[in-house]
Amino acid sequence: MEILVCVKRVPDTAENEIEVNRDGSDIERDDLVYSVNEWDNYAVEEAIQLRDKVGGSVTVITVGDDESEEVLRREMAMGADNGLLLCDDAFEGSDGKGIASLLKAAVEKGKYDLILSGALADDGAGQVGGMLAAMLDYPYASLVNKIEVADGKLKVGREIEGGNQEMNEIQLPCVLSIQTGINEPRYVGIRGIRKVASVEIPQHGATDLGVDPTAVGAAGAKVKRVDYFVPDMGEGAEMLEGSTEEITAKLIELLKAKGGLK
Amino acid sequence: MAGVAVFTYIMAIRMAPLVKAAPDRRFDRIPQRIFNVLKLWLAQYRQPRYKLAGVVHIMIFAGFLILSIRSCSLVVIGISDSFVVPGFGGLLGDVYNILKDYAATMVLVACAIAAYRRGVVKPERYAVPAKYGKDHTAEALFVLGLISTLMISESLFEASSVAANVQQGLHAESLAPASLAWFFKTALLSTSVETLQTIHIATFYIHDLTFFFFLCFLPLGKHFHVITSLFNVFFMRIDRGNIKPVQHGIKDEDLDNLESFGVKKLEDFTWKHILDFYSCADCGRCSDNCPANAVGRPLSPRFISIKGRDLTFKNYPIYPYGSPFKKSENLIGTIYEEDEIWSCTTCGACEQECPIGIEYIDKIVDLRRGMVDDGLVPQSLQKPLRALEKRGNPWGKMEKKRADWTKELPEGVTVKDLAKESADVLYFVDSITSYDDRMQAIGQATATVLSRAGSDFGILGKKEKDSGNEIRRFGEEMLFQTMKEMNTDAILDSGVKHIITADPHAYNALKNDYKGLPPVEHISQFIARNVKSGAIRLKSANGDGKVYTYHDPCYLGRHNDVYEDPRSALDAIGGLKRVEMERCRDRSFCCGGGGLMLFYEPEEEQRMGVVRVEMAAEAGANVIVTACPFCLVNIEDAIKVAGMEGKMEAIDLSELIAQHLQ
Repeated sequence: MEILVCVKRVPDTAENEIEVNRDGSDIERDDLVYSVNEWDNYAVEEAIQLRDKVGGSVTVITVGDDESEEVLRREMAMGADNGLLLCDDAFEGSDGKGIASLLKAAVEKGKYDLILSGALADDGAGQVGGMLAAMLDYPYASLVNKIEVADGKLKVGREIEGGNQEMNEIQLPCVLSIQTGINEPRYVGIRGIRKVASVEIPQHGATDLGVDPTAVGAAGAKVKRVDYFVPDMGEGAEMLEGSTEEITAKLIELLKAKGGLK
Repeated sequence: MAGVAVFTYIMAIRMAPLVKAAPDRRFDRIPQRIFNVLKLWLAQYRQPRYKLAGVVHIMIFAGFLILSIRSCSLVVIGISDSFVVPGFGGLLGDVYNILKDYAATMVLVACAIAAYRRGVVKPERYAVPAKYGKDHTAEALFVLGLISTLMISESLFEASSVAANVQQGLHAESLAPASLAWFFKTALLSTSVETLQTIHIATFYIHDLTFFFFLCFLPLGKHFHVITSLFNVFFMRIDRGNIKPVQHGIKDEDLDNLESFGVKKLEDFTWKHILDFYSCADCGRCSDNCPANAVGRPLSPRFISIKGRDLTFKNYPIYPYGSPFKKSENLIGTIYEEDEIWSCTTCGACEQECPIGIEYIDKIVDLRRGMVDDGLVPQSLQKPLRALEKRGNPWGKMEKKRADWTKELPEGVTVKDLAKESADVLYFVDSITSYDDRMQAIGQATATVLSRAGSDFGILGKKEKDSGNEIRRFGEEMLFQTMKEMNTDAILDSGVKHIITADPHAYNALKNDYKGLPPVEHISQFIARNVKSGAIRLKSANGDGKVYTYHDPCYLGRHNDVYEDPRSALDAIGGLKRVEMERCRDRSFCCGGGGLMLFYEPEEEQRMGVVRVEMAAEAGANVIVTACPFCLVNIEDAIKVAGMEGKMEAIDLSELIAQHLQ
């Protein structure tokens, strides 16, 4: 099975203190550290496990600048076979639809049976997977937490309310967005990254992909970010007071009242 | 002859995995190694740490040493009747004969006691939990029976000859009074000479057959230690606090070229580590002292060895003759489990206790290196490891906030930033003291103590990275190397002449894992030294009504032998009432582990810290003093978990000293 996994380089929320910059145009990026979007890690791990089970190859793809190569390498250190970087000045400032159309162009240049993405990104809106499927006219399943391979088809699961599981059958080729918890992504050490440090990663620009530069990037974006700000503080949380026993009793009472406990 | 041949064959097969194993460097520092042999092997130095078992073992061991000469000469006597061991013809021979009669008697008595302990008392530490296979009592009793047979047959052989000679009025050797042989002789005096003849010959054959059977039986199980322990002690680790290189003979800068990292298959262990497997006598002392085992984590060091030995025996079969060696499989998932290997805090209690120098920490670290290389790292550890890679601390806090703790210092205390100024001394703070709200108090106390003692010191600030003590011990060698390089550069650039830290994990890493740094000192050593010189003067604790006990941090005590300085620092506080816990000094009980161990989520029935806090209460203490931020985290948490708030408190040595500065 030929699998393409769409990944994204994001500021690591666990290791950064995210602050809005002074003019509200962006977040403060000076001291940020970046990593692979957490959901994407699960998608790549799932792809590797599928490949190891049924054969084929795993390609990881991202839209970004030179620095995004780092996340491709990390995923290749995990076990992905190929990396593909979509990189062009014209791509900068793309909205979700722009990104999806770039990915669509790359998918059409290759031959993939299965396309995975993370369910959402730390800094994203969870929109690209669905749009990509629609543009490709592929079937789409979101929030997937289980994949079983059947003949020419997949059985995919997702968690529904109350911890219950739903299973769906889906035709290949298709696009799936992957939920965390579907597997336990393997660790990638410094050593693993160094091993793939010198592997050539192909870069595709607008002409390679055959996309109109004005249809993507800031020029083609129909969704534009207009402001960042810190919302006004609402009413403070209710502080429970008293001895540990009293606090526990009050908490249980409140939880029951609000329907949190049955 | 057959006995010797079989024994040689078995030993040759047993040597095979040692030859195929990874290299190890164990032929250095020969005088130290000989000293270890004399102390641990010949003098059985660690045996009496368990009093009764230790004394019984010493009796059997000493008896064996004495009787080995006799047993060998008996073999030759079978061929040549008049054989005498060279040099044993005269007085020496007579003395030896008396000695060996008593030795045989002593061994028999010791066997009886040992059998009673094994068969009736059944101490807890010999038990084999169901998941680890069958009980080993039968083998132990069988061997005790063999030894007893040897002793009885040897004595009867001697006694029957002497009794016959006495009856015939011939010259008879005198037997040591009240020895086993002497009793037999006395009992046999009225037996006919013919019967004595038969007994003499029969016991000779019984003795020799048993001797060779025993010899060939030794390499088949836990009694292999009778042969291997001498070598195991000779080759045992000499340094402590250190970790073996990924592969002996490969320099740090060439590590990238290695095909695979760590131990994945049996033969990836070094030959000394396989010799360890052979040498394990199954005494259970390691596991009896292992904190992970004590709180029900899925780790028992004893079975790291036993399972390793069973696999070695299985993969290198002796019977039937000519069996091919088996292909090695991954150890993780077959004989060892991931959780088992992650459960170890590397506290070193097992190695401290082992009477014959079996190593565990290096094996655990090597297995972890293998798991890290294969990506098998629990999610709970992946996050802090990634944060260390990105930010140089396991919480992923910003580098620029590393020195934030210096914003709240007592009046008159200033901490230099070595990026801007120079100083004689570097205070290496390390991550937890830099970032943890509670532990920052240790940093502030340490700075206060250093400052009041007149030390010219500073910190690296945002240039400091995690010391990496646990990064290395959790198997992420390359990340450790990165930290080591960055810290080494920063330290050498700062031009300091001396390093002080209040974190024993940092102390250990800088002292034992880093190379080419100025001398490193722990704050407790600094305090003890400056109290002595008068640079630090302390108020008395009179009337605080508290009873203090000192908890030895593993990386200060066991790994670096710093036991006295923290105690003398405490005792320098006049009127401070201090008691010792039963498990103190080199038997200290790990609080739960530091560094990355704080992030690991083990399966366990109880927290180590809770067990430790209970030990302190049992000793009659109501304040636990420690000298390590990780110990303080674990013990303070444990006091809460145990519901002992108000009854027990924990404090770091540096804080206590800072409170009592004059």
